[in-house]
Amino acid sequence: MTGKTTGKIVKLGLAALVAFSAGAAAAQDMDRAVKARKSLMTLYAHYLGTLGGMAKGEIAYDSAKAASAAASLAALSTADQSAMWPQGSDNASLGMDKTEALPVIWTTYPAIAEKGKAMAEAAANLSAVAGNDLAALQGAMGPVGASCGGCHKEFRQPKG
Amino acid sequence: MRRALLLLAVLGLAGIGGGLALTAPDRVDPARLAGLTGDAARGEAVFRIAGCASCHAAPGADGEARLVLAGGLAFETDFGTFRAPNVSPSPKGIGGWSVEDLANAMLAGVSPDGAHYYPAFPYGSYAKMEPQEIADLHAYMMTLPPSDAESPPHELGFPFSIRRGIGLWKLLYLSPEPVIAVEGETLLRGRYLVEGPAHCGECHTARNALGGPDLSRWLAGGPNPDGKGRIPNLTPHETGLTWSAADIAEYLRSGFTPEYDVAGGSMADVVKNTATLSDADRAAIAAYLKALPPHPTER
Repeated sequence: MTGKTTGKIVKLGLAALVAFSAGAAAAQDMDRAVKARKSLMTLYAHYLGTLGGMAKGEIAYDSAKAASAAASLAALSTADQSAMWPQGSDNASLGMDKTEALPVIWTTYPAIAEKGKAMAEAAANLSAVAGNDLAALQGAMGPVGASCGGCHKEFRQPKG
Repeated sequence: MRRALLLLAVLGLAGIGGGLALTAPDRVDPARLAGLTGDAARGEAVFRIAGCASCHAAPGADGEARLVLAGGLAFETDFGTFRAPNVSPSPKGIGGWSVEDLANAMLAGVSPDGAHYYPAFPYGSYAKMEPQEIADLHAYMMTLPPSDAESPPHELGFPFSIRRGIGLWKLLYLSPEPVIAVEGETLLRGRYLVEGPAHCGECHTARNALGGPDLSRWLAGGPNPDGKGRIPNLTPHETGLTWSAADIAEYLRSGFTPEYDVAGGSMADVVKNTATLSDADRAAIAAYLKALPPHPTER
């Protein structure tokens, strides 16, 4: 084997390694982004659990707790999600075990951003009235649920 | 020999005649419809729980546009593709229909010109509705915006393309009688909504090879007739719907599951409709579902 050839092989190997680590880094970023958006959903569910428990009558209505949970939900709904949805982080590219996000999110953008805005508005409205009384809380929960459904209907893989 | 042949011919003719008589489209007994006056405001509530817009609004329509019942939505099934017709109050839809015409369509699956409708139109459920609610619905539908969209044809394979055959389906499956025996005002109301206008059984009860509901597994779920995945089992079996009555009522009001996930797929549209019910009606539906005979989920 000549020195020249060895050098070429080393160069090729390095190039491959760089390319591979770039791919690995991208995959890691992708995982981090998916994890972040799933965590956000978990946090939504945490505060909705308090609010929904009261709406259903499973937890006694407490004005201060309701207002606080609704304010937290409203704050979360305005979090910057732009880096949580990188191109290619859909279920066709990553597989169903990683994410249920459908590719149509990226082909119809900014439709999902409009729906996100609708959720923030519904959550802000809930936050404004949740501390008033139980009936106000119950009335404002419906539009929040509908706004969640706005994205989950079109942009999430149906269950089954 | 000749006599035997003659007998056979007579029997054959009698069979054809009998078959024709049995499969002829039967209209609703006019006595059931006599003296009805519709109330449009009540009809709006019927319109919502019956989910008319879910199928008859133009595909993709949102908000107010869902009240233009232009039709066009396609349903891919094992029998072929059904397409929802225009049912807006225009000459291309149900303009000029009487209460009797609408009652014959919804309670008996018969068109004004006496033809069978395919049971993709859920008259198997609507047949269990009160005629007064049909009159109310009629009054409301006549106030909706007209559309002059042409109703697209169904695309069905033989023998399902022969409408007369639906007469046989009706003999087997069309009945105004309730499916499940229950007692008490709340359960009776829940049964009326679930088995009748809300037509839950159309998806949540599996169908047999003839497209009839498998009543031995009422509301126990099954394959999705219109797409991928499975339809959930609503019966209170440990492998079925284990939610509390309060969980079910909340789901029908806001769409939130007990885990605070939300209704997806076509159920998201259904929740838009159930959200407009009273709390008492949602509680009645929940009570009825909890009272169903439990069936294990089939995998």
